[in-house]
Amino acid sequence: MPTVTMTVNGRAVSGEAEPRTLLVQFLRDTLGLTGTHIGCDTSQCGACVVHLDGLSVKSCSMLAVQAEGAAVTTIEGLSNGELQPMQAAFREHHGLQCGFCTPGMVMSAIDLVNQNPTPSEHDIREWLDGNICRCTGYHNIVKAIKAGAEAMAAGGKR
Amino acid sequence: MYSFAYHRPVSAAEAEALAAKAGEARFLAGGMTLLPAMKLRLAQPTDLIDLARLGDLRGIKVSGSEVRIGAMTLHAAVAASAEVKRAIPALAHCAGVIGDPQVRNRGTLGGSLANNDPAADYPAAVLGLNATVHTSRRTIPADSFFRGLFETALEPGELITAVSFPIPERAAYEKFRHPASRYAVVGVFVARTGGGVRVAVTGAGPCAFRATQLEQALAKNFSPDALKGIKISADGLNSDIHAAADYRAHLIGVMARRAVAAIA
Ligand SMILES: Cc1cc2nc3c(=O)[nH]c(=O)nc-3n(C[C@H](O)[C@H](O)[C@H](O)COP(=O)(O)OP(=O)(O)OC[C@H]3O[C@@H](n4cnc5c(N)ncnc54)[C@H](O)[C@@H]3O)c2cc1C
Repeated sequence: MPTVTMTVNGRAVSGEAEPRTLLVQFLRDTLGLTGTHIGCDTSQCGACVVHLDGLSVKSCSMLAVQAEGAAVTTIEGLSNGELQPMQAAFREHHGLQCGFCTPGMVMSAIDLVNQNPTPSEHDIREWLDGNICRCTGYHNIVKAIKAGAEAMAAGGKR
Repeated sequence: MYSFAYHRPVSAAEAEALAAKAGEARFLAGGMTLLPAMKLRLAQPTDLIDLARLGDLRGIKVSGSEVRIGAMTLHAAVAASAEVKRAIPALAHCAGVIGDPQVRNRGTLGGSLANNDPAADYPAAVLGLNATVHTSRRTIPADSFFRGLFETALEPGELITAVSFPIPERAAYEKFRHPASRYAVVGVFVARTGGGVRVAVTGAGPCAFRATQLEQALAKNFSPDALKGIKISADGLNSDIHAAADYRAHLIGVMARRAVAAIA
């Protein structure tokens, strides 16, 4: 089996992976980072969103070998003891109910804010095309992302 | 997913040679179509040839008369490109309404064209702008590239390297998005150039096609009114759970009028 090497949450990691191993399986099963979820089999739900070299991607629709040499950030890589501002905003604004979609929502939201530091409600709703939530009706997620963006702009950005 | 052999060539020639040697090879670009299909076991290649290290296939070049985009250029890069926005804003818009942000962060121009999904967006832009598809073996004009349902003029093992889009006077793309999948139920790309008017339709038939009836009407009078009253035949159009053929025929007229209104 080939060995795959990448940087995950700032740490150099390597592990064995068959070519058909998905990045999400490598993160969850090989590295034990189970914060990244698998919510569908059709590349549509966004529960598995991580950052690959700074861009949000669906880790269920990528092979681990495609991430060779890349820098991956998962939900576990955001906080350093204290919640990252976007995470804190999701808690504060109750941007979740069951929580299953939340890691993907947060990772996706941070990519949005990195590209567009002051997103409007419309921008946020458009951006969430690839993140499905079955509980909240999105309303509080949108509020949380707006507040998270403001908090990141105010200096908590990472 | 069934197992396969994975290759990571560094040149187009190496990629082609690997494809020629393998049992059933597939190129891997963004993987946004191929990997989901493999997960569902709808595709079972013996060999995947990853194009990610073919740096020459990535990038955007705007010259006086054309925009040339490498096959491995991400949808997100085209959508965000200031140069593309300046030269052909409709092309940047088209890339920006594909799927969702994460699909646009991986999916590529070459992958979209090679796949030729009947509901894909880029084929409408390629056909509407009368673009040229460059491959490892030849150049293929848009009018002869799209052959049918998921069928193109590409030969086995032939690699798309870039697409060049002539810069039109004005162009617009209007898409009626499927609310869940984001694919085009119907999309219409209208381009006005020195040479005339081209209207390309996606989502409605087995693959993108030109609406010559609408082109002729617009050549005489480039205004949404010129399209009023033209009845588009539903013959041969797609019918599925999302939309019946006659509804798609109706949408072609609606989307075309919106596109023309945006640039008339
Ligand atoms: C949730 C979701 C929503 C989507 N919504 C839309 C949408 O609204 N509109 C739309 O147009 N598309 C949509 N797509 C598809 C997306 O645009 C894909 O990126 C695209 O169809 C395929 O590009 P890729 O780079 O991912 O190709 P891959 O999946 O890697 O490859 C697709 C096919 O093309 C071949 N191929 C790839 N590159 C080349 C090349 N350079 N030369 C020759 N052959 C090549 C591969 O062998 C394979 O057969 C969606 C996808 C998903 C998962």
